[in-house]
Amino acid sequence: MTSAAQSAARANPILRLGKSVQGALFRYAGLRGYILFSPTLLVLVGAMCIPVGMLVIYSFWTQKYIEIDTTLTLANYLQIFNKTSYMLLIGKSILISTAVTTATVVLAYPIAYFIAFRVHQHKIVWLILITVPFWTSYLLRVFSWKVILGYNGVINSALKWLGIVDQPLAFLLHNPTAVIITLAHAWAPIAILPIFVSLEKIDRSLLEAATDLGDGPVARFLRVTLPLSIPGVVAASMLVFIPTVGDYITPQLVGGPDGLMVGNLMHAMFFKANNWPLGSALAILSAAAITVTSLAIWFLTKHARERAK
Amino acid sequence: MNLLANLRRPDGLLGYSILYLIFLYVPVLFLPLFSFNDSIYITFPLSGFTTQWYEKMIESEVLLNALGNSVKVAACVSVISTILGTLAARAFTRYRFAGRKPMLGLLVLPLVVPGIILGIALLIMMNWAGIELSLVTIGAAHVLIATPFATFVMISRLEGFDANLEEASRDLGESGWTTFWRVTFPLAYPGIVASLLLTFTESFDEFILAFFLAGNEATLPLYIWSQLRFPKTLPVVLALGACILLASFIVITFAEWVRRRGVKPVESDS
Repeated sequence: MTSAAQSAARANPILRLGKSVQGALFRYAGLRGYILFSPTLLVLVGAMCIPVGMLVIYSFWTQKYIEIDTTLTLANYLQIFNKTSYMLLIGKSILISTAVTTATVVLAYPIAYFIAFRVHQHKIVWLILITVPFWTSYLLRVFSWKVILGYNGVINSALKWLGIVDQPLAFLLHNPTAVIITLAHAWAPIAILPIFVSLEKIDRSLLEAATDLGDGPVARFLRVTLPLSIPGVVAASMLVFIPTVGDYITPQLVGGPDGLMVGNLMHAMFFKANNWPLGSALAILSAAAITVTSLAIWFLTKHARERAK
Repeated sequence: MNLLANLRRPDGLLGYSILYLIFLYVPVLFLPLFSFNDSIYITFPLSGFTTQWYEKMIESEVLLNALGNSVKVAACVSVISTILGTLAARAFTRYRFAGRKPMLGLLVLPLVVPGIILGIALLIMMNWAGIELSLVTIGAAHVLIATPFATFVMISRLEGFDANLEEASRDLGESGWTTFWRVTFPLAYPGIVASLLLTFTESFDEFILAFFLAGNEATLPLYIWSQLRFPKTLPVVLALGACILLASFIVITFAEWVRRRGVKPVESDS
């Protein structure tokens, strides 16, 4: 609107009225947004916010045999802090997930790069090929590794059959490495997509400019492509790291006693040990450990990015 | 175009990507392979071809019952979450309102919070509210994780959608209702189909939340989990797994194809 029209609007009461109706409509439009989102919000609050709130409250209660003592206390947290094995288990879960995240992201980056820059005609085919495994049964994807790595599994029986070994290799299954391999495979598809999106968004003229300014392919990648794709790398890392810390299926199926993670302990607290408050406190502490580690990763990459500039 | 020709230089990336796809797909293919093997042990060499595990599978009443439960839950979840997701996506793509960003953040949470924490929290709430665990509680938990997926699928469909088309329809004298049926719905339709299929599969395959929220009735993943301990029934589980993988694969490929077809890439090659 020109300034002449604006002053006319100020002067003319009818136009002013029109303006305020327009403003009301704008607010009304926002209101329509709220109305459309409200059923989803209701689900999020009712099925996530309230339950998680109750989880927090539960963690301050205590289990007295079959009764629950609802006096607020830090007893559960102190019990966990004083029990080295619990703290070590949380630490180990973080370490295993960090290893999984690193492996997944490093392996995913080249293929995301490939689809973003080298594939021109059948991008959609590649994208579908990498997303489909993500939607298929998690339980079955994990289970297939038990079949592969087991004492009488695919690898061992194949090695024996081919005469390479006499006895099955027992070290394949039931250890943290098996957990890392299985998780890295199960979460691989989810890491590719965010990296692909951030690479796809890079303005191609920047790359051209780098080439024109005399950068070779390696220098161009390190100075332009990689720094610009860091947001996708961080997103991928979070999407893999956060959920894997709490996984209990993989450790139970392929981890063995050494490969157990904090998810298994939480699970035990809610079923075998029947100590829900202690299990809740474990969940809260794990969530806290996840948050701290995620923030650390985020700050580190941000710092690295700023230095690269 | 020069630059693109430049990037098309042959190198190891294509080979790597093919190896990666093999890594992604081959482990899972052992399930169907051994489901036709005539031995209860999952070992090489293969001892012979049989379809007996598939025959045993369709004879098992417990299994068929679990299958029925899973289909019921997944059907309800896919319809509910797609409706919620479509409304929410419309809110995010069409209207600007205060708190839009934090709401989107809240919507991502069910996807990233570890499943076990959501499962525990929901179990505590159901227990506190005195709600008996059943297929309904499993369904409620699945709606929580399926709705964000449905919303993001619908957002990616509606994002490029030009609001002018609706306005044009109004200007040409159509009512709000006919505009919806003749303009909005046909444009959103592929997204809705994809969302229904994807959320169905997600609920059908979900195990962690179902494990915490199950009553007496089991869904198919819970049935599979209960059978993993018994070596004798393992081949039947393999046969079942092979069927689930094949069905998921077909449904999802179709859904992704419907969803991505017609949606323009983030950036054109120009």
